[in-house]
Amino acid sequence: MTDGLSMVLFSGTTDKLHAAATIVAGAAAMGRPVNVLLQYWALDAFRADRIDSDHGLAFDAMTPGSSRPVAGAADIPWLETFRMAKELGDVTIQACSGSLETLGFKADRLDALVDGPCGIATFLSAAEGGQILFI
Amino acid sequence: MTTTFVELDAITADKVIDARGAACPGPLLEAKKGMGSVPVGSVIEIWSTDPVTKTDIGAWSAKVGHEFLGSVAADGYDRVLVRRGK
Repeated sequence: MTDGLSMVLFSGTTDKLHAAATIVAGAAAMGRPVNVLLQYWALDAFRADRIDSDHGLAFDAMTPGSSRPVAGAADIPWLETFRMAKELGDVTIQACSGSLETLGFKADRLDALVDGPCGIATFLSAAEGGQILFI
Repeated sequence: MTTTFVELDAITADKVIDARGAACPGPLLEAKKGMGSVPVGSVIEIWSTDPVTKTDIGAWSAKVGHEFLGSVAADGYDRVLVRRGK
């Protein structure tokens, strides 16, 4: 899958989720297969019971004088962007089974956007020959 | 051959997609969605207030096999025209 884009999504703040969703959606629109592996805080953000919550901003936002999202962090459309990406293209979103174990919950607690749990070898096999981004 | 402004302005799109107010990648995603709803050879017109849409739609068209016709500046937004190639 040389044309494919693989992404390890580790971060769970709204800004990073939105940056990731933008890249995923753009690649999907351009006809590239996309394979996302959710780990740690991204995985936690995709929990069905908190996916619609305000996921805050990265530490960069703590810097004095830093800019602020105009409409507020809660209104950044990261989830809608992921939804559209899946609707329009070949996008797979999987949950890292190791992170699920560490955080202490099962894949059935995740939002329906997540296709299921995945082991690292499976993810890396699918990613072979293409790019891997880590966010 | 480059389509001139006059030629571009004379084209009547088969479908108009109003993506004004949406930031990147919104207009691109709307274009992709809209393109799926028209037959090959049809022209779609995307309205966008995001100034990068016209170059972005050009890059997308080249990548996926559509014909980017160009853009026309309207009142506070761009009208971006693309012909479905496949």
